[in-house]
Amino acid sequence: MAKILMKGNEAIAEAAVQAGCRFFFGYPITPQNQIPEYMSRRLPQVGGCFLQAESEVSAINMVYGAAGSGARVMTSSSSPGISLKQEGISYIAGAQLPCVVINMVRGGPGLGSIQPAQSDYYQATRGGGHGDYRMVVLAPASIQEGVELVQEAFDIADTYRMPVMLLGDGMLGQMMEPVEFGTYTPREVPAKDWATVGTGGKRKPNIVNSLYMDPAELERMNLAMDATYEKIKKTEVKCEQYMTEDAELVLAAYGTTARIAKSAISIARKELGIKVGLIRPITLWPFPEAAFAQTAAQDSVKAFLSVEMSTGQMVDDVRLSVNGKKPVHFYGRAGGMIPTPRDIVAKIREILGGKA
Amino acid sequence: MAKTVFKKTSMLTDVQTHYCPGCTHGIVHRLVAESIEELGVGDRTVGVAPVGCAVFAYNYFNCDMQEAAHGRAPAVATGIKRVHPENIVFTYQGDGDLAAIGTAEIVHAAARRENITVIMINNAIYGMTHGQMSPTSLPGMVTTTSPYGRDTSHCGFPIKMSEMLSALEGPAYIERVSVHDVKHVVAAKKAIKRAFKNQVEGKGFSLIEVLSTCPTNWGKTPQEALKWLEENMIPTYPLGVYKEVE
Repeated sequence: MAKILMKGNEAIAEAAVQAGCRFFFGYPITPQNQIPEYMSRRLPQVGGCFLQAESEVSAINMVYGAAGSGARVMTSSSSPGISLKQEGISYIAGAQLPCVVINMVRGGPGLGSIQPAQSDYYQATRGGGHGDYRMVVLAPASIQEGVELVQEAFDIADTYRMPVMLLGDGMLGQMMEPVEFGTYTPREVPAKDWATVGTGGKRKPNIVNSLYMDPAELERMNLAMDATYEKIKKTEVKCEQYMTEDAELVLAAYGTTARIAKSAISIARKELGIKVGLIRPITLWPFPEAAFAQTAAQDSVKAFLSVEMSTGQMVDDVRLSVNGKKPVHFYGRAGGMIPTPRDIVAKIREILGGKA
Repeated sequence: MAKTVFKKTSMLTDVQTHYCPGCTHGIVHRLVAESIEELGVGDRTVGVAPVGCAVFAYNYFNCDMQEAAHGRAPAVATGIKRVHPENIVFTYQGDGDLAAIGTAEIVHAAARRENITVIMINNAIYGMTHGQMSPTSLPGMVTTTSPYGRDTSHCGFPIKMSEMLSALEGPAYIERVSVHDVKHVVAAKKAIKRAFKNQVEGKGFSLIEVLSTCPTNWGKTPQEALKWLEENMIPTYPLGVYKEVE
């Protein structure tokens, strides 16, 4: 298929439709409005249903009902709206329902800004709602990758019966890039024999629920979910390693920040002769711990530098993965400010003692 | 030969409920289940249980069920209904669930004329959490969070959901009924069955508000509670059809 120029939000919405998403419940918030707008045009054309809810809270609970009824269903929002959805996401995790949630992150806390940010990393990767649960969190760095990852998100959600989050930012949602559809090969996913579609008089009632009054029963449930999470940590980790083979300094960056980091690497190598590489987590949970641990053991590597559009969130996971083997530094811009390649290069020089 | 004159509806499971003695939830469960059975739609019905005393309703109704977060049942029901419009979808919610934390969800489901059936139990108190003041607690009513009686100058007035929702264009049918005596139970059954029949016929959003008792948290015997309902609840919450779209 030929490449077409599309806005990130619209391309990701179209990819979701191509993945079989037929139900979308959302509420307006900048900078993700093109997703619900696109779905409101597109879903009726494919026999699906778009519904604008009265709040993010209602939208995520409509997702719960639809997911429990066996549909491929999605919602999208941006940071303050995602906070409102956390109750529902926790219930979805507890009831073990598959769905996809998109967060096109903007600056925070509070109403924050409408500019790109990565300050919802903790919320996304630590289970922003209550209780002992995880979501698979996918962080595309380009619109093409977003198109592929949102399709995979539905397959992951169906495979493990859990919510999957696509974590973008305002930049990814608003920019335009050439994209190609049909590049993703769907996985085989299990049948949804647990869904509430009516018994048809043929089986006992299915119950979608997250309430367990017997603590021993809830613990069994928690442990079963944890076993699934452990399996996911082994099978679903994704990252890109870029020029790390000979690197003295390894950057850690995800999403759009990783692209800025690559420009910084190019400047550092060409202009200053400093060997810099990058580990770009594509799954933020599960975090690519092994890639960091192995790189930390590499003799050439002197230090790590986590670059984020936050005051330092992913850097915690980098530190846990590097586990004291090498120093881990941090550089971030916050509030909707975007780091420049030159900013990052200046930090690299500072770390390496200005030797270059 | 012996003739069966009464039997338990097949739409209730064969388990003991957790409801307190004298509580009218059991009666309303039966009326809902009988209505579903009589309409012959049990094998394509999906119910939504609330948070509150009826939280375990998913164990009692003999059909597919989902358990919703507090107040969110109408949103969950919307998701279910939109995926399978041919299925019969109902919510069963109390006054705390529907008239406090879930006001947005019920108002908008009603405004959309969402083709679902809503059963609202109004017993003027939070039963499951042991008797706190609810949005429908009567003025002067003593509860664990209004120990000096509900003071309307401090915490406002009862919310009359049937009246409020009937002001919307959306709802197809809204009626308030009571289950304090046999005559009213029979009338309640008729209303509940109609609320389900409306959905089968695609008429849209139907809500039945059922005045109910909570002897335990009202501090009354079951009989006293029925009498108290008749004498105190009905004057504040008059029975009758509030909205009817043909």
